[in-house]
Amino acid sequence: MSFDEKNDPQTDTETPATSGKSSGGLSRRSLIKAAGALGGAAIGSGAITGFPMIWAQNIKNIKLRQFGTGVSNLNDIAQKAKEDLGITLELTALDSDAVAQRAVTQPRSYDIADIEYWICKKVFPAGVMQPMDTKRLKNFDKISPLFINGKLDEGAEIAQGTAPHTVGFTEGKDSTRFATEPTQWMTLVPTIYNADTLGIRPDLVGRPITHWRDIMDPAFKGKTSILNIPSIGIMDAAMICESMGEIRYGDKGNMTRDELDKTIEILKAAKAQGQFRAFWKSFDESVNLMSSGEVVIQSMWSPAVAAVRAKGIACKYQPLEEGYRAWGGGIGLAKHLSGLELDAAYEYIDWYLSGWVGAYLNRQGYYSAAPSTSKQFLSADEWGYWIEGKPAQGNILSTDGKIMEKAGAVRDGGSYWDRMGAVACWNSVMDENKYMVRKWNEFIAS
Amino acid sequence: MRSLARNPSYLQVTPLALVILLFLLFPVITILVVSFWDFNAYQLIPDFIFDNYSFLLTSEVTLKAYLKTFFYAFTTWAITLSLGFTLAYYLAFYIRSPLLQGVLFVLCTVPFLTSNIIRMISWIPLLGRNGMVNSTLLETGLIDAPLEWLLYSDFAVVLAFVHLYALFMVVPIFNSMMRIDRNLIEASIDAGASALQTVFQVVVPLCKSGIAIGSIFVVTLVMGDFITVRLMSGGLSASVGVLIHNEISLLQYPAAAAGAVVLLLTVMLMLSVLFRFINIKKEL
Repeated sequence: MSFDEKNDPQTDTETPATSGKSSGGLSRRSLIKAAGALGGAAIGSGAITGFPMIWAQNIKNIKLRQFGTGVSNLNDIAQKAKEDLGITLELTALDSDAVAQRAVTQPRSYDIADIEYWICKKVFPAGVMQPMDTKRLKNFDKISPLFINGKLDEGAEIAQGTAPHTVGFTEGKDSTRFATEPTQWMTLVPTIYNADTLGIRPDLVGRPITHWRDIMDPAFKGKTSILNIPSIGIMDAAMICESMGEIRYGDKGNMTRDELDKTIEILKAAKAQGQFRAFWKSFDESVNLMSSGEVVIQSMWSPAVAAVRAKGIACKYQPLEEGYRAWGGGIGLAKHLSGLELDAAYEYIDWYLSGWVGAYLNRQGYYSAAPSTSKQFLSADEWGYWIEGKPAQGNILSTDGKIMEKAGAVRDGGSYWDRMGAVACWNSVMDENKYMVRKWNEFIAS
Repeated sequence: MRSLARNPSYLQVTPLALVILLFLLFPVITILVVSFWDFNAYQLIPDFIFDNYSFLLTSEVTLKAYLKTFFYAFTTWAITLSLGFTLAYYLAFYIRSPLLQGVLFVLCTVPFLTSNIIRMISWIPLLGRNGMVNSTLLETGLIDAPLEWLLYSDFAVVLAFVHLYALFMVVPIFNSMMRIDRNLIEASIDAGASALQTVFQVVVPLCKSGIAIGSIFVVTLVMGDFITVRLMSGGLSASVGVLIHNEISLLQYPAAAAGAVVLLLTVMLMLSVLFRFINIKKEL
């Protein structure tokens, strides 16, 4: 394992001390001081123990640039990472398309890529990232099997689309090909995932919503919306068309040209009849559409539902009979990372799995990749509400301390196993991607 | 070197020539080159193919997007021109005190102190189904049901364009009006022309350069826009800019580059037609 030896933190600390004789004492003293300060911080927060101190000293002044979608690029996480590890994280949040674009075209502009698995399928083969050695991740075995073999539990069926485990590993350290079996080399360490469905305004729809096809109900003419990110929008469209009984897909995550043609025809016809009020591209747009009453049923993301509810407006993340469209994201290493920065990145990624972030994301309505570690950072009531689908005993607070749900509330869709077990399809990138985008443009321009 | 010493004007144009070469010609040539490349989901493949163009020029989507863009450009141009001309006319001929003129002119630019995205977005809560306009109209009993076409429609797009770009018309027209010799107006009236005749036969011809410059601004800005169309139409309609932006965001650079080249040619063609009618250099 020459790789490990070369990047041994011990040798890295020694270098400055031996090369610059006069400054050796000074740097050693400042290191000790820093260690003291950090130790204090760690005891103060009471969260992270057991990290070898040598790491913390080493990576104290490291700055890592992370970019990704807004969902997990949160300043609170950067702040906590600074407290626990001493690493400075510079976060950039972009929309999914821009993330994919930047990951490929500006590989030196980031150290850590926070991307979704379907983006990974596009980005990793371009050779701009390096796989991670799972042996260096202490929490690797805590990662949910969903990301290792695609099965939530024994006997579960693997959903259609780009299921995370299919692009989760590479064939080797320098390979850009995805392995069919779990290997030692992981492309992304999963961080966050969820099951998406339609959001509704229960006060305005006026009837129970049970299927994806309900969005096409003429009663909601001019009051519906779907998202205009082609690779995700096409999946919602497929869920709708299949629910309408118009099309049977072989694989919704990898449609044929014929299937795409038919899907877009149905969408165009609906658009021509004025079924859609608007198409949204960003999180905020979906919140505004819903809270202003412009639409009453639309594609939505879970925290957007929470944001609408936080304004005191009724909004439900409606579970539907056909199941959910799931997505998952993870963090991976840029190709150019090496030495101390690479060590810091490994330490950061391991810390990400160690529970605090997972609990934080759980409180926002997402799921964490290592549920067992995040459980330690959640109260029994929070765990019951968010994960087990039990009625809340007390008030459920958001991450900034505001009341999200009153006692007695039950999470839309129920427990983790109910929701993630009913995934019909994962977000994906298709073989006919180019054709799909052309057809999607045709739909938008029609 | 000897020729340079004899003719220092070459040296004088060098900085500008370099800037244009580096920041205009070089990027445009790059776009032109890339527009012939091939691509897949995550890579650009250097090549020399006409696929991007053949798809672009035969697709019904392109035609629709161009028709839509021309519609936006023409409507916005017509409205901003009449608005801009009227405003400039008032400022130049009705306001006598130069101080007040200056103050009012600066007042016109006040909205431009905020970003144009913010100015655009602020229309959304105003025009929405439950927005201020609809609720006022409902309360006063003028309408029974909210007007749906106020937002996420062509109306909303053109409204935002007019709001954003009217000033680009006002400024150059005002500028040319201020240069008009007031004796000419007097002469026109003395010769028995009515007020309207004076406006259309004296003022308008003398403002031709201002109108042309304003038109160039408005038309090129609208032709190249994507964000106003996307936000104000709620993503329901697509201009050429929106199509290009979609392709860029999906890493389809060669397709986007081909779209950009065709758009560039279209706009240049439109401008050359404009220049046939008005010689801006002579009029300035």
